[in-house]
Amino acid sequence: MATGDFLSHIELVSPLDFAKAKIRSLQEYSLLAGQSLANLFRTPRYVADIMQQADLIGVGSLPIVLLTGFFTGAVLAVNTAASLGRFGALSLIGQLVSISMVRELGPVLTGLMVAGRNASGMASELGSMIVTEQIDAMRALGTDPIKKLVTPRVVSTIVMLFFLVILSDFLGLFGGSVVSTAMLGLDWHQYWSSAWQTLVYQDLITGLSKPVIFGFLIATVGCYYGMSAKGGTQGVGKATTEAVVASSILIISVDFFVTRLLMLLIGYR
Amino acid sequence: MPTLPIETPSPPNVDATGAVVVFQDVAIAFEDNVVLDGVSFHLAPGETKALFGVAGTGKSTILKLVLGLIKPDSGEIYALGEKVTQMKEEDLFELRRRIGIVFQESALFDSLTVRENVAFRLMEESKIGEDEIERRVREALSFVELEHTLDLFPSELSGGMRRRVAIARAIITQPEVLLYDSPTGGLDPVTSNTIIELIVKQRDVYKTSSLLVTQRLQDAFTMATHCFERQSNRMVPLPPGTRGEVPMTFLILREGKVIFDGDAHELAHSRDEYIREFVS
Repeated sequence: MATGDFLSHIELVSPLDFAKAKIRSLQEYSLLAGQSLANLFRTPRYVADIMQQADLIGVGSLPIVLLTGFFTGAVLAVNTAASLGRFGALSLIGQLVSISMVRELGPVLTGLMVAGRNASGMASELGSMIVTEQIDAMRALGTDPIKKLVTPRVVSTIVMLFFLVILSDFLGLFGGSVVSTAMLGLDWHQYWSSAWQTLVYQDLITGLSKPVIFGFLIATVGCYYGMSAKGGTQGVGKATTEAVVASSILIISVDFFVTRLLMLLIGYR
Repeated sequence: MPTLPIETPSPPNVDATGAVVVFQDVAIAFEDNVVLDGVSFHLAPGETKALFGVAGTGKSTILKLVLGLIKPDSGEIYALGEKVTQMKEEDLFELRRRIGIVFQESALFDSLTVRENVAFRLMEESKIGEDEIERRVREALSFVELEHTLDLFPSELSGGMRRRVAIARAIITQPEVLLYDSPTGGLDPVTSNTIIELIVKQRDVYKTSSLLVTQRLQDAFTMATHCFERQSNRMVPLPPGTRGEVPMTFLILREGKVIFDGDAHELAHSRDEYIREFVS
């Protein structure tokens, strides 16, 4: 294709229209997210759908979350061993792995794993339903698709991510303990008591409030991109990619603000 | 042919004009593309109105507007006595339960079995027991002669079977109005005829008002020249020369406007150049 032909296919959008489109998307996302929560207080409640999604999201994500948690803890121990050893503080490795996993790495990495697996799944499933008129059919049959499809996914992701993060934290500590004892020659008992005793309530509150926020973001972003898919299979593919990118970026950026906010609210250690 | 369902529909709600669906000067555009421009018509109780027009003239849009799935830019729409254009989404769900629709590509839920698809509306109403749901699902599926497909998924069915399951899903609650969006599109003549017979059966046995979008004029003429005979449980031709025996009308759209609204006789004798070309 000649350069001229290529350029003739590029559609120029005015900055005002671009800004309007972005603000409209933000408004639509906010409405969907708000409605998904408001539906918790309205009947009918789709308990069976919530359980089914909990199985798909929670149990389905278990292998990747456990593996990620284990190897994150293990590599954390390997990487920090040299630095700590230089100061004769190798025995503090349990504390380092424990605080890092519980406060940051557990929630963020588990969130990213679940976002990669489930935000894409939600966007592609709901996007396919949109382009094949199944969502219109559901509305035509008198059922609210947000209540039936979005709310169960939001509830399940929040609840399951909370428990997945706990498991991931534990597996991270376990991975660190395997490296500490097998490769660094530390005492197993010493590692675990140091890792356990260093944790304070602020760490747990910080580490366990993040999955609730991340779960909400993953599910609402995945559902939003799915529900706003346009243009056939190509549109579904685009929605899927955008859902993963947006939810991953949101997790990492919101993590900073949540950490800062919680430090202000409950103090830091 | 299977036996007919026992349940009969409740009489439809009508507005002051006696119509079940009314369009008054309805206009809608998608971005810069004007699809409907001042469309007005009404659908009488028990009447079947076939909507024609070349692709993109807004036939399917009309069906979505009746259900309030999309809102017009201007004009008023009434369905079963309710002003659709002023209703909120949550109020529309109640109205939609009284109207059935068969989508162009069937729009069956691909993660649900045929049984669950057909039962969807009943399962949403928690007060109906499982035995009752099962009985009505079998009844609706026997109406479309697909009782044996209960546990299959939509992907395991042919195009014609999917269309018939969509009809079963639409009629299971015996709605007061039925909307068919190209129910015979892309199907072979034999399967098309089966679907037309089912629509005629619904029209003549249950007197359900319906809007039928179709590209196939011959299907609508078959409906206008045949009626359903309950004794033999099949569609039979009307005696030659009879007119107005079946409640069937035609509406033709062109460039967003209604250019014809009348019965088969008026259509066949229209002097409008475009309509004559269309009919031929």
